[in-house]
Amino acid sequence: MIEIIDLHKSFNGQKVLNGVNLKIAEKEIVTIMGISGCGKSVLIKHIIGLLMPDKGRILIEGVDITKLETKELDKIREKLGVLFQGGALFDSLTVYGNIAFPLREKTKLSREEVRDRVMHALEDVGLKGMERKYPGELSGGMKKRVAVARALISEPAIVLFDEPTTGLDPIIASSIHVLIKSTHKKYGYTGVVISHEVPKIFEITDKVAMLHNGIIIEVGTPEEIQNSTNPIVRQFITGSHEGPIEY
Amino acid sequence: MERLLIAIGLWTISRLRRMGHMFVFLLNSFYFIFIPPFKFRLLLRQIRFFGNKSMLVILLTGSFTGMVLALQLFYILRKFGSEALLGPGIALSLIRELGPVLSALMVTGRAGSALTAEVGMMRISEQIDALTAMALNPIRYLIVPNIVAAIIVFPLLVAIFNVIGIFGGYLVGVEILGVSSGTYFSLMEDYVTMEDIMVGIYKSLSFGLIVSWICCYKGFYTGYGAEGVSKSTTEAVVLCSILILIWDYFLGAILL
Repeated sequence: MIEIIDLHKSFNGQKVLNGVNLKIAEKEIVTIMGISGCGKSVLIKHIIGLLMPDKGRILIEGVDITKLETKELDKIREKLGVLFQGGALFDSLTVYGNIAFPLREKTKLSREEVRDRVMHALEDVGLKGMERKYPGELSGGMKKRVAVARALISEPAIVLFDEPTTGLDPIIASSIHVLIKSTHKKYGYTGVVISHEVPKIFEITDKVAMLHNGIIIEVGTPEEIQNSTNPIVRQFITGSHEGPIEY
Repeated sequence: MERLLIAIGLWTISRLRRMGHMFVFLLNSFYFIFIPPFKFRLLLRQIRFFGNKSMLVILLTGSFTGMVLALQLFYILRKFGSEALLGPGIALSLIRELGPVLSALMVTGRAGSALTAEVGMMRISEQIDALTAMALNPIRYLIVPNIVAAIIVFPLLVAIFNVIGIFGGYLVGVEILGVSSGTYFSLMEDYVTMEDIMVGIYKSLSFGLIVSWICCYKGFYTGYGAEGVSKSTTEAVVLCSILILIWDYFLGAILL
């Protein structure tokens, strides 16, 4: 479904991605974890086509998106749903307007059909009755839930979650994890989750990839990663300040 | 010496590159003005944004500009015994020059800076990336409505500025300084031609384009965090003000 091949990216001479290789199978949830600033968000922005690599390829359903013109890239983007780190909700629109936005702009659904789908999505994310609120009136957890609803409203084949629980308390973070799991079960999308919420993230993911120093150093099931002997992976999972990862 | 030349060369290249980038941004925006789907609701919202934000400041500056002009022109004209020309003097100064320039500077400070900050905040909060990720063109959604709205609103704001300025001048010239009311308006009709009004309209249209273009560009390509937005906003206001004055001279010279 998604294949990242030898991906390189530098900013002002500083290498961020240094040959990332990763395969994500259809309907699988893969979590990419790594320390803050290791390039996880940069990687996800390459998958969306917001950044272009210095070298390497990204195949989505077999199509190399790094070679595409904007129009063709937009066709690929229509298959994506993205939850941005801060939610990226439109301040000028209500909760309803935010969730309905992709449907209004990209489909020819009638007003009633849009309404039905938005109300259904709000129910899915547990925000029934909040449709008239503006993003500024919502808590961090609620904003993330609205962003999840917006990302899923078009029923995309691939959903990218960029740090869905950052800045949230453990209970709200758990509820977001449950939400990802339940919506995955319902819609059957391929999911890419950027997170450093270990070990909680292991409960919802099929595979985990560890990004470190610009490369994927280990990929495996949550059990394999938890039993990994790689000292970098071990230090990250245990959260120890002593080990090969330097700050 | 060689190092100095290299530094000057690099600086020049970077400035030229930035200018090229700005022009490509403008051309890209122009392209989407004529390509459907058109975003009329967003256009109306931005017309309201420019008008609503700027109206009070336009009314205040317009009235006081007219009043000051009346005072100063009356003082000068009295030396030549031509006080009767106060009305056309004020009208021509406002319509050809002060109305478009001062309105543009005021709108830049009020709505232009708010526009840069708004677009900049959308950039740093990833709202622009969200539009792109939804396969929606952010230029069409954010920039085009602002440019079209500014081109529509600027001439209207300038017209209001001029009318208020002329009445401000009337208040001081006729009511305080004793110029005849009939002379004030009738000579204005004789001296102000359609050509003068068109000069003001051309200027206001081009200033609308300059302000919306620069303010949108600076917001769209803002730096990181609140500091980046603050810096972009300052840069936008300074650059707009400079370009308004420079363009005013060149357009004035061409249309004279």
